[in-house]
Amino acid sequence: MSLQSPLGRFLGHGSAKEGAHHWWMQRVSALALIPLTLWFVWAIAGIEDLQDQAAVVAWMSGAFNGIALILLIIAVTYHSMLGVQVVVEDYVHGATKVITMIILQLAHIVLSVAGIYSVIIISLGAG
Amino acid sequence: MSEIQRPLSPHLSVYKWTVASSLSILHRLSGVVLSLGALALIAWILAAAAGSEAYDQVFAILSGPFGLLILFGFSLSFFYHLGNGIRHLFWDAGYGFDKKIARISGWCTLIISILVTLIFWVEVWS
Repeated sequence: MSLQSPLGRFLGHGSAKEGAHHWWMQRVSALALIPLTLWFVWAIAGIEDLQDQAAVVAWMSGAFNGIALILLIIAVTYHSMLGVQVVVEDYVHGATKVITMIILQLAHIVLSVAGIYSVIIISLGAG
Repeated sequence: MSEIQRPLSPHLSVYKWTVASSLSILHRLSGVVLSLGALALIAWILAAAAGSEAYDQVFAILSGPFGLLILFGFSLSFFYHLGNGIRHLFWDAGYGFDKKIARISGWCTLIISILVTLIFWVEVWS
């Protein structure tokens, strides 16, 4: 027997107003990725000596390129995490689903931080 | 706890392949491929930060025949996912739901993404 009133029980099990959060952030990150990825593809096609580490570092060191690259890393990893999550939810079930989800979410965070750290290191001239 | 064997309703296999359904699953497929592309992107940036030796190794893999095939797959997935993603955003805004228009926008997305991929690689090569 519960001491909670029916209203109390109902209030504790609501959507917490997060129902559309995943959907919404997927769209927001998608919109951010349109200019960011197009810039990246255009920029990468324009680097003359792509095989030369020094040339790539010089390109990444620019303030605009560095900031855009960090924004790209954040948007890409976030959008990827949201997308992969939906795929896992559809095809993986039970405990495997939970474990897969945790691994993938942590992997995306690690990926994101590693990328951002690299760009900062390069921008500071330590790379 | 034993699984109760309930009758299942007919699933995916009973439906005809249409432009809409094919492009929908392609969107998901290309998205998963691009998640791996993100991994490659970060690896490339990490290598640049790690120094010229590490960069040369990663670049050798990416510019080899196998690497280029993978990169071509990433680029095709990217231009398709980008085009179809924009198509999805129009739907989210409430436009383009008409059956005929959805079919036309689907074919356009597919053809344009293949064309842009080819143009991109011609640009890279020249």
